[in-house]
Amino acid sequence: MANNIIRNQTDMQMFSGKSSEVKLQKITKIFQDHSTRDDFTAVNNIDLTIADGELVTLLGPSGCGKTTTLRMISGFELPSSGAIYIGDTDVANVPPNKRDISMVFQSYALFPHMTIWDNIAYGLKIKIKNKTQIEKQVKAVIEMMQLKGLQDRFPNQLSGGQQQRVALARAIVIEPKVLLFDEPLSNLDAKLREMMRDDLRALQKRLNITSLYVTHDQSEAMAISDRIVIMKDGNLAQIGTPQEIYEFPDSKFVANFIGKANFIPAIYKCSGPNGMMVSVEGRQLLVENPGGHTYQNEDRVALTIRPESIYLDEDEGLPGTITRSTYLGTKIEYEVDIKSTVLTVETADPQRTKVYYEGDQVMVRLDTQCIRVLPEDEK
Amino acid sequence: MPNQKIKTKKGEMIRLLQQPFLLLTIFLIFLSLIIFILLPIFNVLKLAFTDKADVPTLGNLLKILNSKGYIKTFFNSMKLGAAVAAGSTLIGYLFAYTVTRTSIKFKGFFRGLATLPIISPPFVLSLSIIFLFGRQGIITSGLLGFKNFNVYGMHSLVIVQILSNFPIAFLTLTGILGAIDPSVEDAAYNMGASRGRIFRTITLPLSAPGIVSALLLTFIQSLEDFANPAVIGGNFSTLAVEAYRLVTGMNDMHGGSMMAIVLLLPTVCAFLLQKYWVRNKSFVTVTGKPTQARKELRERHIVYPLTILCYLIAACIIMFYGTVLAGAFIKTWGYNWNISLDHFKYVMSLKVSDLTNSVQLALLSAPIGGLLGIGIAYLTTRKRFPGRRAMELISMLSFAIPGTVLGIGYVFSFNQKPLLLTGTAIILVAAFTFRNMPVAIESGSTTLMQIDRSIEEASTILGADDGITFRRIILPMLKQPFFSGMVFAFVRAMTAVSTVIFLVSPKWSLATTTVYSLFDGSKYGDAAAYVLLMITIIFVVMILLKLAVHIILAPRIKKHNI
Repeated sequence: MANNIIRNQTDMQMFSGKSSEVKLQKITKIFQDHSTRDDFTAVNNIDLTIADGELVTLLGPSGCGKTTTLRMISGFELPSSGAIYIGDTDVANVPPNKRDISMVFQSYALFPHMTIWDNIAYGLKIKIKNKTQIEKQVKAVIEMMQLKGLQDRFPNQLSGGQQQRVALARAIVIEPKVLLFDEPLSNLDAKLREMMRDDLRALQKRLNITSLYVTHDQSEAMAISDRIVIMKDGNLAQIGTPQEIYEFPDSKFVANFIGKANFIPAIYKCSGPNGMMVSVEGRQLLVENPGGHTYQNEDRVALTIRPESIYLDEDEGLPGTITRSTYLGTKIEYEVDIKSTVLTVETADPQRTKVYYEGDQVMVRLDTQCIRVLPEDEK
Repeated sequence: MPNQKIKTKKGEMIRLLQQPFLLLTIFLIFLSLIIFILLPIFNVLKLAFTDKADVPTLGNLLKILNSKGYIKTFFNSMKLGAAVAAGSTLIGYLFAYTVTRTSIKFKGFFRGLATLPIISPPFVLSLSIIFLFGRQGIITSGLLGFKNFNVYGMHSLVIVQILSNFPIAFLTLTGILGAIDPSVEDAAYNMGASRGRIFRTITLPLSAPGIVSALLLTFIQSLEDFANPAVIGGNFSTLAVEAYRLVTGMNDMHGGSMMAIVLLLPTVCAFLLQKYWVRNKSFVTVTGKPTQARKELRERHIVYPLTILCYLIAACIIMFYGTVLAGAFIKTWGYNWNISLDHFKYVMSLKVSDLTNSVQLALLSAPIGGLLGIGIAYLTTRKRFPGRRAMELISMLSFAIPGTVLGIGYVFSFNQKPLLLTGTAIILVAAFTFRNMPVAIESGSTTLMQIDRSIEEASTILGADDGITFRRIILPMLKQPFFSGMVFAFVRAMTAVSTVIFLVSPKWSLATTTVYSLFDGSKYGDAAAYVLLMITIIFVVMILLKLAVHIILAPRIKKHNI
């Protein structure tokens, strides 16, 4: 149903080009515990620029500082130090209601005592006085978000997906410079969530509006982002496109947080034009695509490989035993004991490929093209 | 990193300075709290610790400590408070448990009955106990033939105060008993515990904070009560009455103030204990998620005894109120049992202006108190500003301060320029407003804590300043607590005695003081008629208020055709 939201709408032009760049400079946020008076650094000295029209996702486990960062941009929290620019303006002393930002909340935060129409018109009524203009814009966004016919209802008379669309409509109708999303899809069920996230991305691209999106769901982040920012304990762990982050994780933390990864302990030997030489259990191995890190001789490193880059067959490779086999429909996930370690392996399309069972003896082959070399010790 | 903290603080200050309306509101609220709550208390303290020549002294305290009579008064109040707290909480728990846990019929009736003592004027129960057990009482004199049964004293006070205060315990305890997750009790039942064991080991311990809370609140109410001890206490003196006698009867302001301080200490202690200690002990968490519906107990051996007890108490309450109703229409109680309208005719010819005064001033103070209370609730739960906790504490304090203390404080704080208010209506409205505001604060804060903060943030991010957010978002959502706060403020203003007894003037005398003087003159039939008029008016105004709030705050739906 909602998939054709905003396609072929001429009213589109109405919502346009006020969008602007967002820049965080050395932002730190320290909270103080009220009872113990202990300081807690929620966000530690981060720099981040979101380009005009870009959608950047803050991704990380709970407590990593992603929501705090979002709330500092919205103005609901004040940074302990550092500066935030929206466009060319330093917003340090600009209160949230004057920042020209919109936000979609996790709980939608629709006004329960107002109709859908009044919810959507709320921000416009504050910003502009011209009633026909308000009416025109609300009407356009209601049509665009496919909320026609629901405008006189109250929020509690709408389904979760409809409420979500109202929340989005209310946020974009005021043509903000920046749109913030605070885990907006986490209250929807899985199917609806996927649909909404595609719609949301399409809408954001059409409107070309600078967006910051907070989530802890990695597949959501992969699906909608221009760039993903991975946060850990208040620090930036890595910034990059979804593909960069998945294929070239910077650390074991990132590799593990986005998708699954196997880590095989190894010793760094030397680097050359063809790649990096490492030693695994006394055997030399050439890694063609090791990633960006440099090492000293004899450094302990972790060879990192995704489960789908490991193949199972019967003729060649390292001998191993299947210790667990989980059928997932589109793929099978195995745990294979290769004596030195246990690897997680995925094989696609179980209807066409050979299926192994617990206890089966197999040969394991690693796609060396897909091995990355990461520092063993986490900072 | 201390400098960064300072920067954040500074940033918040700048934020605050950018909102002149908010700043002005905070300033005005603080100013009013200082003038109408702190200043009067300070003046009572000053009076208590000075002598007639304004020289600081401990003489007033020593006089009380050295007087056997006054020491006895103190212990009288404590004894009465303890007995009433225990009795009210027991009955309150019985009602609350039966209503929340069993399949008893007519739950609405019991809930309604429990609110009756809250909205009825003081003196009602005292009146009926005199009608029932007094010299001409139908039970003592009529039924049992006692000639000289003494209705005045502690025994009557205990009964009257328990009946008027158990609703407070009932409300506190239904709250906490209803909030206990039913699955906890179901889990115990599932593990094989008997109903008795579940009650002993699960329900009772989980509701313990509520019980302590109810005990402390009813204790405070008993100590504060002026009306009942004044009319049926007899030789049993209490602190509130003694303070009044010293101030008005013996014109000893300093001694009376000291007596008021002696009364203030235990109530404030009980209040602080209730607010800060008991609340932190609460095990009950309100998640906002609807849990499974509670299964009502149907076992006969549990439901029947509880039902019988509840009906007995209900019958007792109905008897007390019915007696007053009868008393108002009986020509001369004990002598001439003919039905007549003489009492009504008499009071209508005499004291109608007091009634209209009461209604006018109560109606004036109700919205002020309601709005102020909601405003304070909003500021203290949602805004960060220096002095936030102080504002919370001071405004709640007025709940714990006995009316007697506030009354004496008002008399001496507002008897000279620039705050010359004695003898005016303003002083009465102020007393009503600040004494009754805490209910609006309480219910406002509770509701606000249940409203997702992001709803206000949504309004802010859409461009609304705090003023618009308060008017368009907060206030409509706080319709219910605002209404209940207003109704409660109105009822309490209509029924206030202990504060206003010091503040009424010939020009501005009130309904309650009229009842008091009728009572003093032993004109019980007239008093009953008058009280009945008051109850009727309170009911009518409550309904009108409800309608008005409904009409004013109802969402106006403007249809939009697309």
